[in-house]
This record gives sequence, C-alpha cells and structure tokens, in this order.
Amino acid sequence: MSGQSPNPDYRTLIEPTRVRSVVYHDPQIFEQELERIWHRTWVYVGHISEVPNKNDYVTKSIGSTPVLMVHDRDGKISLLLNKCPHRGNQLCAYRQGNRGTFTCPYHSWTFANTGDLIGYAYADGYGDADKSGFSLGRVPRVGIYRGFVFGSFANEGPSLEEHLGGATASIDQLLENSPEGELELTAGFLQHRTKANWKFMLENETDGYHPAFVHGSVFQVTDSGIGKLYGPQSTALTRDFGNGHTEFDLRPEWRRIGKPLEWFGTSETRFPQYVKAMEQAYGTERARRIMIDGTPHIMIFPNLFIAEIQLFVLQPIAVDETIQHVTALQFKGAPELNRRLRQQTMGSVGPAGLLLADDTEMYERNHRGAVINDPEWVTLTRGLHRERRDENGYRIGHSTDEVPQRAIWRHYTELMTA
Amino acid sequence: MPQSTATAMLHLEAEQTDLLRRVEQFLFLEARLQDTHAYDEWEALWADDATYWVPANGSDTDPERQMSIIYDNRSRIGVRIDQLKTGRRHTQTPRSELARIISNVELVTRVGDEIEVRANAIIFEDNLRGETLWASRNEYRLRITDGGFKLVRKKVGLVNNHKPIFTLSFLI
Repeated sequence: MSGQSPNPDYRTLIEPTRVRSVVYHDPQIFEQELERIWHRTWVYVGHISEVPNKNDYVTKSIGSTPVLMVHDRDGKISLLLNKCPHRGNQLCAYRQGNRGTFTCPYHSWTFANTGDLIGYAYADGYGDADKSGFSLGRVPRVGIYRGFVFGSFANEGPSLEEHLGGATASIDQLLENSPEGELELTAGFLQHRTKANWKFMLENETDGYHPAFVHGSVFQVTDSGIGKLYGPQSTALTRDFGNGHTEFDLRPEWRRIGKPLEWFGTSETRFPQYVKAMEQAYGTERARRIMIDGTPHIMIFPNLFIAEIQLFVLQPIAVDETIQHVTALQFKGAPELNRRLRQQTMGSVGPAGLLLADDTEMYERNHRGAVINDPEWVTLTRGLHRERRDENGYRIGHSTDEVPQRAIWRHYTELMTA
Repeated sequence: MPQSTATAMLHLEAEQTDLLRRVEQFLFLEARLQDTHAYDEWEALWADDATYWVPANGSDTDPERQMSIIYDNRSRIGVRIDQLKTGRRHTQTPRSELARIISNVELVTRVGDEIEVRANAIIFEDNLRGETLWASRNEYRLRITDGGFKLVRKKVGLVNNHKPIFTLSFLI
C-alpha cells in the first residue's frame, strides 16, 4: 500500500510481529485514527481533583477536539464542547477557572455550565424560539473510575469498566498508596511538544528494552538503582491487559528486595508520618505490602500513562506532532511523600527532564526514520519465544520483551478495522 | 538604588553605572558559556546555595507546590551538568547550535552583598528538529565576591511557558 490509497487495508499494514512504517506518518491514517480511535473509544480526559468545587472547569481535549471538563452547578462532571452553537465561536478562552455560566464574546449568548442556553442578546430577534435546541455540544458518554474521568464520543459501546478490564487493578494499586485511597492532581501540568507521531509514545511507555540505553546517562551520574530493573537479569514483567492496555510490572523486583518505599528510592525512616498514616489506614501488614509493591507503571490505551510517580496524558495534534502533558502524582493524606513526588517529577520529566527529554529525542528520530521506506517494516519479535500467560490469563514476558507493543498493535488493528 | 523600574536608570550614580557594567559583563559571560556548552565553567558561576528556576504556567507560581520546567538546587544543577558531560545526553548529541542576546539589563535592588537584576533574553536554537526561537524575562540574584559575582538565583520566565514547548535541553 502506498499510503495514499483511499481506504488502507490495515491487515496488510499490521501483522502480529511487524508493522509498516507508513502507519506512523501517513496523514490519512492519522485522520482515520481520530475517527476510529480518538472519537470512538474511551479516552482519558482529566481527574476529578482538577475541578474540586462546584462551577470549577478546566480545558482538556479528546484527540484534536477541545473539551471543557466542568463540575457543573448541579454537582455533575460534564464534558462540554468549547464551541458556541450560534456561529461556532470558541466559547471559553481560559485554561481553567470557576464560573456558573459561559458567555460567548461574539454575540453574548450565555450558557449555564450544564450546557443549557440561558439567554441571547436582543432576544426579540428570535421571536419565541425554543432555547433548548441551542445547548452546547457535549461528549455523549462520560465515565469515571475512582476519580479518573474518561469520555467517549460513541453513543454506544463497551462500558468504561469493560474497556479498562484488568487495568482497573493497576488503578486500584495506585490509589492504595494514599492513606485515604485518593489521588489529587494539584501541581499543574507541564506541556511538552514533540514533532513525532503519538504512537511512538504509546509504544515506548511500557518498553523496558530502551532505558539502559536511552537513560544510561542518568543511571551513570546518579546512584539510581533503576537501571538494573531494565536489564537482562531483572525479574520485572511486561503485561498485556487486553484492549491495548499494557503494563511494566516491577513488583517481582520490589518483592524480591522486600523493603518498603524502595520503589521510590527511599526508605521508611525518611517518611515517618507517611508510614504511620499508612499503617493506621491499612494495618501494619497490608501497609507494608503496599509500600513494598509501590505504584504501577501502566499505559492505558490510548492516552493515559501512569509512571510510578507521575501521570502523563498524550494528545495527538497532527500526524507528526504530539503533546505530552505531565504532572506529579499527589496522594491525599501524604504531604511528606507528595513533596518528593513533585521534586522527582520536575527533575525527570517535561521539556527539560533528565529522562523525558531523551525519550522525546528518540520519538523525533523515530519519526524521521519512519518516513524512509526501506526497510518497510518495524519489527516487534522480541521475547516471542518466551511469551506466556499469568494466573489471570494475561500475556506476560520478560521486562525487556515486546509483549506490550504487540498488544497495542493487536488492539489498534481491531479498532481500525471495526 | 530605587525600586521603581521606571526611574531606575535615571537615578544611577557613577558608582552604580560601574556596577551595571560589571553585571552586564557577567551576564554576557554566562550567555557565552551557555551558548558554547562550556559546562564546567558555567557550573562554576553558581553559589553553593543556588536555585535555578524555569517556571511553567506563568511566572508567579509557587515552585514548592506547582510544577516547573526546571527547579534545581545546587546539587541537581550538578547532576544536570554531569549528565550533559556523559556524551550520552541524546537530546544534546549532537549539541544545539545557539546564539543568544541578553538585553534590557536593569539593576533592581541591592541588599548587603547581593543584587537583584532583571534582563530579557532571546535565544536562537538550531538542532536536529529544526530552528526554535526562545524568549524570556529573566531575574537574577547575584552575590558580589572578590572575584566578581556568583549566581545565587536565576529565574527564567519563558514568555510562552503556559503553552506546549519543545524539548529544552541546552542551558537556558
């Protein structure tokens, strides 16, 4: 296929262990992804802690579509489309705020933050027209799992819980690290722009083969023990949860070492208040187990990446442009831990991050390579001979194996050919 | 020295004019060390109690609570430099080609042996991705020492830091 054909046959572009490079750089394929993935499946939008009070709103997106995540005047979380239904003006120009109504600056049409039209200027010009026909557009389905807000532009389809499947266990694992079982995203987001296709990020988030090389410079100049987790001797696992959700499971390593907070490169004695709060919340035994296991490293298809200490949201802008939004995870009831979470996040990610700046360099080089036609395929065979199933039936492999990448393409093909 | 930015220059005495010249020379030196990737020499400009801050989402955020693009203490400045010197900081391999203009230098206040300075910076970067123009309003706290100045605090307020920005891996 040339990449220019009107309706690409995805089954000839993607095979179980290899993918044609054109899938990363063809603008037409990108348009079809917006339609068949971003505007159909469940997409992560934001977290309820970003709109804690009634009338709070924050500007988010689903694929290329800007969305207002609103804690509306009725107390409900709604996802409204940022477009005045009168003449199509962008309605709200601010990233966040608190307001019960939105007024379009063009002709002063005013909407409640539930999306209902309240009034327009010089109302006599509309006679006795029915205002209910002029509500703001909205994302038809909103699903919330333990504070994580997802939206789907499809009126019907699998429920959010069905979509998340086994990935809910990782979210549950994450929240256990809070003595109150809740996450708070209160530190604001860094926005890192890159000239690369979004799928390079999707695939790299659970790639355990690259860290020793891409991040070797960091491992060399810090005492970080992280490097070993990604080596040939590591007992960590890659996992395919189905539906494109993939995980890098470090728990086998942390359990082998058996030290609470080792996952965070620290120890119990450095965080006495946190340890006490965890023991009070969960009991000594369970708290110890949680603090040994730490937080997950999971890529929830297509755009939510929880990376132990931070949360990324991928936003595709164009076939060759993506924004990585990232913030530090903050656990309710854990101020001691939260400070270190912010500091470590700021050091490692974002445009100047010691880690992510190098990952992002790879994404841009990935993209430059993809436009070269020979060889035509990228290969994803690593660890095929040792791929197996865990006790829950999920495919797993060695920490450096390409189990996640094969899983992502399997799901991608399903969505693109549905 | 007057606090008011509008009148600052008008009230400069001869002694302060001399100080301004020396401050400018220091900022130009820093700019050259950054442009030429003279990592060790640049690191040596910092005081032991240094803070190197590049805020995100505006310039009046609380770096102790909110995410910043860079919020390094002296130790992390050292790690950042050490990483660049490994030769495997891929985003700087090959290195960015840089030229920057530091201008609009103002002395703001002097307290004891420390002076607050403001300046604007325009930086042209060329790297594998292409050409990028960076603009910032900078604030410095300099400590007067026998040999000149030490950088105690540098805040780089990128004018577009509320928007998505490309990788920023050269020394800004």
